[in-house]
Amino acid sequence: MTRHDELEKIPGTYVMTPERSRMGYPLNMFCKTLDVAENRAAFRADPSGYLDRFPLTAEQRHAVETRDWLGMLRLGGSVYYTFKVATFDGLSMQGMGGLMSGVSEAEFRQMMINGGRRKGDPNT
Amino acid sequence: MAKIIAGVGTSHVPAIGAAVDHGKTQEPYWKPLFDGYEPARVWMRERQPDVVILVYNDHASAFAFDLIPTFALGVAAEYRPHDEGYGPRPVPVVKGDPDLAWHLAESLILDGFDLTLVNEMTVDHGLTVPLSIMCGSPPEWPCRVIPLCVNVIQYPPPTGRRCHDLGKAIRRAVDAYSPDLKVAVFGTGGMSHQLQGERAGFINADFDRMFLNNLTRDPESLARIPHVEYIREAGSEGIELVMWLIMRGALGPDAREIYSHYHVPASNSGAGLIILEE
Repeated sequence: MTRHDELEKIPGTYVMTPERSRMGYPLNMFCKTLDVAENRAAFRADPSGYLDRFPLTAEQRHAVETRDWLGMLRLGGSVYYTFKVATFDGLSMQGMGGLMSGVSEAEFRQMMINGGRRKGDPNT
Repeated sequence: MAKIIAGVGTSHVPAIGAAVDHGKTQEPYWKPLFDGYEPARVWMRERQPDVVILVYNDHASAFAFDLIPTFALGVAAEYRPHDEGYGPRPVPVVKGDPDLAWHLAESLILDGFDLTLVNEMTVDHGLTVPLSIMCGSPPEWPCRVIPLCVNVIQYPPPTGRRCHDLGKAIRRAVDAYSPDLKVAVFGTGGMSHQLQGERAGFINADFDRMFLNNLTRDPESLARIPHVEYIREAGSEGIELVMWLIMRGALGPDAREIYSHYHVPASNSGAGLIILEE
């Protein structure tokens, strides 16, 4: 794993390294299916049955079911894919950003208006 | 002969497209950004490129992790907007230029750039938002568009050096195309932003201003920036800035800045725009 030491040192950041990509493939490809309206309807009608169609690990499935946004990233999720689940829930990118960094959507939005999370701030 | 008349660098934040689509551009949150775009739109109307080679990245829309081309060139006659979960953006279908696109494919591959060629794909906000920024909301886009899609989602993306060199090869290819065409190259994405993790919301305006300042007169220094430095200094999604170096490489060393604008925030991003001509 030494190849990616420098990337892994960056706090609060989950770069889609080969290791993470391999681990997250089933999770990400589940998320991708939510691009299609019929699939969104099927997931909404029967979340558990829909998830049965995908070879997720138990941890990945639990992270999806509990909408553990950081957990999904730790299990190989890419934010562009997990955001498809967030969109399905009606959650905005700033809402998801807040949930990943421990603040409300309104606080996250205000942080961005104030210039964003800057070097030296928490989690940087 | 065809000629590259200009390069444009711009962010492609989806919320900018949503502000256009929902008529919010004059609201206090968005007005400073769109006021900054107005001179660029005037410039676009005056210069009227026939074709835009639009460098962008797909966001798990046309491509997913089942197929990850590093550089994918669209050779189709048209591209429809992708449904990114809210229905497709209500923008015109993008018309391609298959003649020039196939010329580029042949020229670039023989020049050492092993592109993936795409006959059928949808295009997401990465491609349509820059068109909205530069053209507003016309019934049809005022130019043909050749999509050049770059992987920046799966690590590793192409290096800044490789992107800069690809831009130089695009210049050689366009210079060798005989029809009289005015061609512009758009490099899109960035600027600093991070969507993921506990560090979500990261912005580095100093980095963004450095990038805007050096793009015109010292692109070589930018081409040396390694991936880890982009991710650390400009956020994990700030690495999209390598795509601006394709645009810069397509312009000669003496390119000059016509206009630039920078604003924080557009949703979660530092939003930059620059226009270069020779």
